[in-house]
Amino acid sequence: MQSTAAVSVSASATASRGGARSEAARRPGGIRVCGLRGEALTCPSLRISQAPARLAAARAAAAANGAVAGSGGGFDYDLVIIGAGVGGHGAALHAVEEGLKTAIIEGDVVGGTCVNRGCVPSKALLAVSGRMRELHDEHHMKSMGLQVSSPGYDRQGVADHANNLASKIRSNLTNSMKALGVDILTGVGTIVGKQKVRYGKAGFPDKEITARNIIIATGSVPFVPKGIEIDGKTVFTSDHALKLESVPDWIAIVGSGYIGLEFSDVYTALGSEVTFVEALDQLMPGFDPEIAKLAQRVLINPRKIDYHTGVFASKITPAKDGKPVLIELIDAKTKEHKETLEVDAALIATGRAPFTKGLGLENINVVTQRGFVPVDERMRVMDADGNVVPNLYCIGDANGKLMLAHAASAQGISVVEQISGKDHILNHLSIPAACFTHPEISMVGLTEPQAREKADKEGFEVNVVKTSFKANTKALAENEGDGIAKLIYRPDTGEILGVHILGLHAADLIHEASNAIALGTRVQDIKFAVHAHPTLSEVLDELFKAAKVNSGVSHSVNEPVAA
Amino acid sequence: MATAPAPLSLSASTLPARLRAGAVPAGARWRQARRGRMVVRAKIREIFMPALSSTMTEGKIVSWSAGEGDRVSKGDAVVVVESDKADMDVETFHDGIVAAVLVQAGESAPVGAPIALLAESEEEVPLALSKAQELSNGQPQQAPPAPTEDAAAAPPPPPAPAAAPAPVAAGTKGIASPQAKKLAKQHRVDLAKVTGTGPYGRITSADVEAAAGIQPKSKPAPAAAAPSVGAVPQAAVLPPVPGATVVPFTTMQAAVSKNMVESLAVPTFRVGYPIVTDKLDELYEKVKPKGVTMTVLLAKAAAMALAQHPVVNASCRDGKSFTYNSNINIAVAVAIDGGLITPVLQDADKLDIYLLSQNWKDLVKKARAKQLQPNEYSSGTFTLSNLGMFAVDQFDAILPPGQGAIMAVGASKPTVVADKDGFFSVKSKMLVNVTADHRIVYGADLAAFLQTFAKILEDPESLTL
Repeated sequence: MQSTAAVSVSASATASRGGARSEAARRPGGIRVCGLRGEALTCPSLRISQAPARLAAARAAAAANGAVAGSGGGFDYDLVIIGAGVGGHGAALHAVEEGLKTAIIEGDVVGGTCVNRGCVPSKALLAVSGRMRELHDEHHMKSMGLQVSSPGYDRQGVADHANNLASKIRSNLTNSMKALGVDILTGVGTIVGKQKVRYGKAGFPDKEITARNIIIATGSVPFVPKGIEIDGKTVFTSDHALKLESVPDWIAIVGSGYIGLEFSDVYTALGSEVTFVEALDQLMPGFDPEIAKLAQRVLINPRKIDYHTGVFASKITPAKDGKPVLIELIDAKTKEHKETLEVDAALIATGRAPFTKGLGLENINVVTQRGFVPVDERMRVMDADGNVVPNLYCIGDANGKLMLAHAASAQGISVVEQISGKDHILNHLSIPAACFTHPEISMVGLTEPQAREKADKEGFEVNVVKTSFKANTKALAENEGDGIAKLIYRPDTGEILGVHILGLHAADLIHEASNAIALGTRVQDIKFAVHAHPTLSEVLDELFKAAKVNSGVSHSVNEPVAA
Repeated sequence: MATAPAPLSLSASTLPARLRAGAVPAGARWRQARRGRMVVRAKIREIFMPALSSTMTEGKIVSWSAGEGDRVSKGDAVVVVESDKADMDVETFHDGIVAAVLVQAGESAPVGAPIALLAESEEEVPLALSKAQELSNGQPQQAPPAPTEDAAAAPPPPPAPAAAPAPVAAGTKGIASPQAKKLAKQHRVDLAKVTGTGPYGRITSADVEAAAGIQPKSKPAPAAAAPSVGAVPQAAVLPPVPGATVVPFTTMQAAVSKNMVESLAVPTFRVGYPIVTDKLDELYEKVKPKGVTMTVLLAKAAAMALAQHPVVNASCRDGKSFTYNSNINIAVAVAIDGGLITPVLQDADKLDIYLLSQNWKDLVKKARAKQLQPNEYSSGTFTLSNLGMFAVDQFDAILPPGQGAIMAVGASKPTVVADKDGFFSVKSKMLVNVTADHRIVYGADLAAFLQTFAKILEDPESLTL
């Protein structure tokens, strides 16, 4: 109804702006971390030829909002994003595609944690560690007929590689936004009232802008439990570790999640010995138990790593006065002192805390929960009374729903969809996660215990099938047969509940499964998809083929659309 | 599919039974040595590494389902073994108590090798433990040593608690690094008896290996299959200094190190010579604007002198002959970031100083970018090393392998000199020092060469010709 009215409004201008530029924008950076559209697309055929329809809808929504592209309709911007991390960047790009006048406020450096102090530099370090591992694995090399004499490394060179990569990606991000016409405003953003943001130097926000919609995307910082003294040299967080200023002989890693595990891979490859300190009774508590068990066999036991589980590091003192780093361990349950570790360095990888101070949330009656901004399933910010704050959204680590860079980006895109008048709820179960150890670990959806719990509650059956990398030609050619893939599904409907992979290039393999979950593809359909031979993707191919779905389920073959 | 655990047949048998059965494929000779001792006690059974597939030669213990001290009954899965194909549960055919685990989880053993001992009753456990002690003594999984060596070389360590403690709870006073603990467990070394030499008196893996009587160089266990960079410096002769940082050589530094060690095989001697440089300095001021450097002038002069003294430009390749080089290629030592390289000015006697300067500029640029081609740094027949710019008055160079002589040039500085008529004056003087291979270059040769060299520099007009 509204759409008819809206289509007449500057249609050509908006179309060219949204369409042409977004194409240009995606190319140079090439850093669209997350392109998931969630489960809203249950009707695939609708997507085939709806480009004009979509634009019309976008304009319809914009018009309904009073925000005709280009003019803010009384506002300075259609959308202001506070925080130019991967989440803010994803939202900004999509907003431009939807024809919204967009600004992004950044008080530190563009790229946020992921690009500057997280995923990106750590991938550079892990790329080095992977090669070091290969070169040092004499047995592996010999079995392939290769001879290598005493490989070594130059610490500064490795550190430079990580730093250069971060700068490169950072400038790519910045350029992609500039090229699209996103205003990058420098300073710390504070919400001073409804649809009003002030920004400038920390503590002195002197410029004020108005925005029809605001997205908070301020991210997170490393969480340091109390009792731990950080000196940045011998006791540090991932922020410091990524600079690789030293490679200690012996480093304790507090926390055995993604961050801890990845760093253990880097440090052991560079010659350090590692001691994990984990508060829970099991290492890698977030992973599917079977995967965690195998990961321990492949990534922990054969390496120079030992571990203490079920203990807290109650006090950590940096090395000084000729003493090493001291770590006091107490029992996680009884709180009794158990042991004091003496190591050369300690990396605190106990998770991340939201960075939401100074946002001015009190001005709009929003109370954070342990620092996280409360949001509903549409990322709309909730105030202290549990009501939705209109025109205010929060994405990424700051809302704590799923602290992953690509999740933030997906949430940002989801918000922009809503702002543009298309209701959208992101299916978080379709968001994959990966740990870039050697070999890699990746997962999407539920773990087996989670799936079984859900099945008990809702009264359905769960089946699990597994395939091994040992049976994959490509993996064997690479001499990397360690690893499994595991599919958790419903035998009655063929719905994919979760996929977990540990093995060579697992992080790249997971997307076939995550896309299937996002698009609602069922096992009985995807098993007919063809995979090139010989590739690692056949591990998943076999996995889907191994799954037995009860007969009688309709086989929803998609008719070729163009034929 | 492949990972589905398939319960497998057993591989434990009594010793006498095995005797009747005859030789066992792996390590038969070695076991025979113990047979005499063991025959009497038939109640201790060995659990062997089973052959899980026709191609399997060794297996890795994934995990022990039964721990030391656990009572197991026939048909129980006791261990998970990873073969070249899959992981499989292996069950026991006998009731008993797992007295000692010989091959820990994560370690490998050849097919047929004992991986644990099963005692029939409590009473036999201590016996099994002492047997485990014997078996483990000097036996890290593979390659059983000859029995005599076993007995003589490595006296059994005092009965250590064979029940290995949980990975974490090593109740020792001394702090041991993670790898040291792993090795200690593997080689049954009592950490309490090891003196730590690592930082803060910590026990390192090298300490444990030393205590276990293992040459640090041979990495015995597949468990250590992910060796570290640290292992390289650890293998060095000197113990690490507490708190020191060990930085492995880069390729360039390794090459320098190798060359320097090799140079020790050459008998060298040194001759020094003072040279007055006033005229040279004048010339330098004149040609400097044209891009000529002091390095090039010195290289040119050396090349001209070498043309008159070919023996100094020769080399001794086999210890039996002179190799006279047809070209005079002057290698010049250049310090670059974290290393040292010697770009070569080829045919320095034939090219004029302007052309040489141009070549030199290109070479230095390439050297900084690490783009020198091998013939651009390894074709030198004589080396020039100049530390004059640092005000070094004189120094001594090491002769690089494959060359006959190297010249070390110090700084030129004002010096009071008396001429042959007894007049004093202040002249700029520099000291050069040549190191030469005495197998081919003798003292008089070198002296004559230096005299020619000095003459060229003291009357340097010929340099510009």
